[in-house]
Amino acid sequence: MAKTITLEVARYRPEEEAEPTFESFDVPLNKDWVVLDALNYIKDKLDGTLSYRWSCRMGVCGSCGMMVNGDPKLTCATFLTAYEPGPIRVEPLRYFPIVRDLVVEITDFMDKLKAVKPWVVRDEEKPISEGEYLQTPQQLDNYKQFSMCINCLCCYAACPVVGLDQHFIGPAAIALAQRYNNDSRDEGAEERLDILSQHEGIWGCTFNGECTRVCPKNVDPAGAIQQYKIKAVTEWYKSLLMPWGKK
Amino acid sequence: MVQVAAYALGEEMKQPHTYTLYHPKWYRRRVSTWWWAEQWRSFKFILRELSSLAVIYFVALLLWLLWSLGQGEASYRNFLACMEWPLMIVFNVIAFLFVLYHTITWFNLAPKAMAVRVGGKRLPDWMIAAPNYVAWIVISAIIAWFILGGN
Repeated sequence: MAKTITLEVARYRPEEEAEPTFESFDVPLNKDWVVLDALNYIKDKLDGTLSYRWSCRMGVCGSCGMMVNGDPKLTCATFLTAYEPGPIRVEPLRYFPIVRDLVVEITDFMDKLKAVKPWVVRDEEKPISEGEYLQTPQQLDNYKQFSMCINCLCCYAACPVVGLDQHFIGPAAIALAQRYNNDSRDEGAEERLDILSQHEGIWGCTFNGECTRVCPKNVDPAGAIQQYKIKAVTEWYKSLLMPWGKK
Repeated sequence: MVQVAAYALGEEMKQPHTYTLYHPKWYRRRVSTWWWAEQWRSFKFILRELSSLAVIYFVALLLWLLWSLGQGEASYRNFLACMEWPLMIVFNVIAFLFVLYHTITWFNLAPKAMAVRVGGKRLPDWMIAAPNYVAWIVISAIIAWFILGGN
C-alpha cells in the first residue's frame, strides 16, 4: 500500500460543539501534494462536511492561510513531505474568531484595511486628457515589495500583539498603507498618518518580527512598520519645530 | 475620520456580527498568559523586551554615581563600597549581559527600520548594521582609555 500521513484537522461545528476538537484523517503521502491537496482529498473522499477556504492553489489568492503544526502557512505552498512522518496538525488561523472548522471571521481585518485607505489618494485628479500618471522603474521599486501582499493574514496569526490587543491595526494593513505612502502617485500619506500614528496603529507594534518571518510573499511588514515609525517621529519633530508649516 | 478609525479598530471584534443567523456561534480562543513561554523565539523576544529594564537600571546607576560624586569624597567612597558587594557584582554582571543582548539585537534590527536608498538601490543590511558596531567599538575603546588612565 502507498505511504500515508495523518492529518489532525481542527473541527468546529457550532451547532453541535461548544469548542473545537480534532479529527484524524489518513491521506496518501504523495510527493507533490501540499496540505491543501490533502484537505481536498479529505473533503472529496473521507468527509464532505469539512469546511475551509481556498481558491487559486498557487499562492496568489491568499485564501488558504491556516496554522500548520502551529505555524501560519499558505496551505497551497506547504508540502506534506516536509512534515514526514507526521502527524500534521491543521488549525484555523490563530487569533481570529472561528466560524466553522478551518474558516475564520475576517470582517474585522477588512474594516482595519479600509481604515488605512489602501488606494491612490490624490488631492486633485488630473483630467483624463492629460494621460496616465507615469512612474519610473525606480519609483515602482520603492513600494513593490509591500504591494506583493495577498491578504492571507498569516502575519496576523503570527503577531502576539494582534492576539493580545484586538484594536491593533495589524501588520498587513500597515504594510499596505506604507505601500501607498511610498507610491509616487499618491498624496494621502498625511491622512494615513492620522490613523496610523495612534496607539493602535504603528505604536502598538513591539517589533517582534514574526510577521516578516511567516510572510509567504516576503512583504516584510515588520520593516514597513518600523519605517513608518521613523516617518511619524520625523513628522512630529517637523510640526514641533515648524508649526506654521503645512500640517 | 477618527470615528471611522475607532469603528474599524476593533469594534467589530467585540460585537457578534450583525448577521448572526448564519453565524450561530463564533469560537474565540483565549491567548494564554504564558504564550511567550511556548516557543523559544517568543521567549527570546520577551527577554529582549525585559532587557530595556537593564538599560534603565544602568542609567539610574550612572545618575547615582554622578550624584555621589557631587556629594563629596565620603559619598563617592560609599558608592564604590556598594559596588563591591558580591551580590551587587553578580547583579551588575547579569544586567550587563542583558544590555549586551539589547545592544546586539538593536543593531541587528536597525537595517529593518532604515530603508536607505542610494542610486535607486536599497543598501544591504550589513552596510546599515556595520557602522553601528564600528561606532560602538570605537566609543567603548575611547571611554575605556579614559577610565584606565590612558596617557
